[in-house]
Amino acid sequence: MKARIIVTPKKAVLDPQGKTVQNALEHMGYQGVTGVHVGKYIEIDLAPGTDKAAAQQALNDAARKFLSNPIIEDYKLEIE
Amino acid sequence: MNFAVLQFPGSNCDQDCVHVLRQVLGHSARLLWHKENSLGPVDAVILPGGFSYGDYLRTGAIARFSPVMAAVQAFAANGGLVLGICNGFQILCEAGLLPGALIRNRSLQFRCEHVFLKTATPDSPFTNRIPADKLLRIPIAHGDGCYFADETTLARLKTNNQILWRYVNAQGEVTEQANPNGSLDNIAGIGNERRNVAGLMPHPERASEAILGSADGRLIFESIIAALESKSVAKAA
Repeated sequence: MKARIIVTPKKAVLDPQGKTVQNALEHMGYQGVTGVHVGKYIEIDLAPGTDKAAAQQALNDAARKFLSNPIIEDYKLEIE
Repeated sequence: MNFAVLQFPGSNCDQDCVHVLRQVLGHSARLLWHKENSLGPVDAVILPGGFSYGDYLRTGAIARFSPVMAAVQAFAANGGLVLGICNGFQILCEAGLLPGALIRNRSLQFRCEHVFLKTATPDSPFTNRIPADKLLRIPIAHGDGCYFADETTLARLKTNNQILWRYVNAQGEVTEQANPNGSLDNIAGIGNERRNVAGLMPHPERASEAILGSADGRLIFESIIAALESKSVAKAA
């Protein structure tokens, strides 16, 4: 079982990395890019047979407390 | 006075802080490893600069869960004075002891240079000895020093006079050009509402002796000492 957590900068927060990557894409000739946001991808291995609902709850807790900073970041959690 | 200077894996300004407190200012200071559960007898705590846990995940995000931080939380809740410098500031924000967060510099560059700071208020244990018109010339050295807080938090910081230092130019003006990292409102350092916890990105411990080009940083440490001394006088009386 795997959990995937994607952390992205909040829209209201300055994202100079995203902006720089967007500029580079434009310089390289890739057209139609209207925004780039650089975040983090965290993959967590879970023991086989883990209760999905319990894992969901625990990882949401961990994501809010530790894996992301709610002041500056949003996150998305997927378990499969 | 007794200072504790915390040491996390990756702290690298801990010895400088101890040097200034002991040799320059003549007070007692000891290093405290982050695995300790207790602070011991201490009047003030310093979280020094560095790159705790290699800045992994986010700056300060892992150090904030070090065992010693529970003791720091309790010490702060009890009114104890806590100062975070650079990475120490980042750790205090992650720990929720200070509002807001520090993110990547707007330029994406690691900035290592002397800056000018204007003290916004003398009304704190960290600024009481700084003359009103005095600009502090102190170095910065960071990649993630852009102070961010949402609008409500920023408004509250202003209402409560919690902004302690701003980046200014040599004339003392708050300008876009004097802002080395994109911090909101040129914020270089803030305090909590109760005024016993503060953090700043610049390094006062690297500017506390004339031989280093500036001794302005001493004023911050001397403010803390003056605040502690007046507190102990009040206690004795």
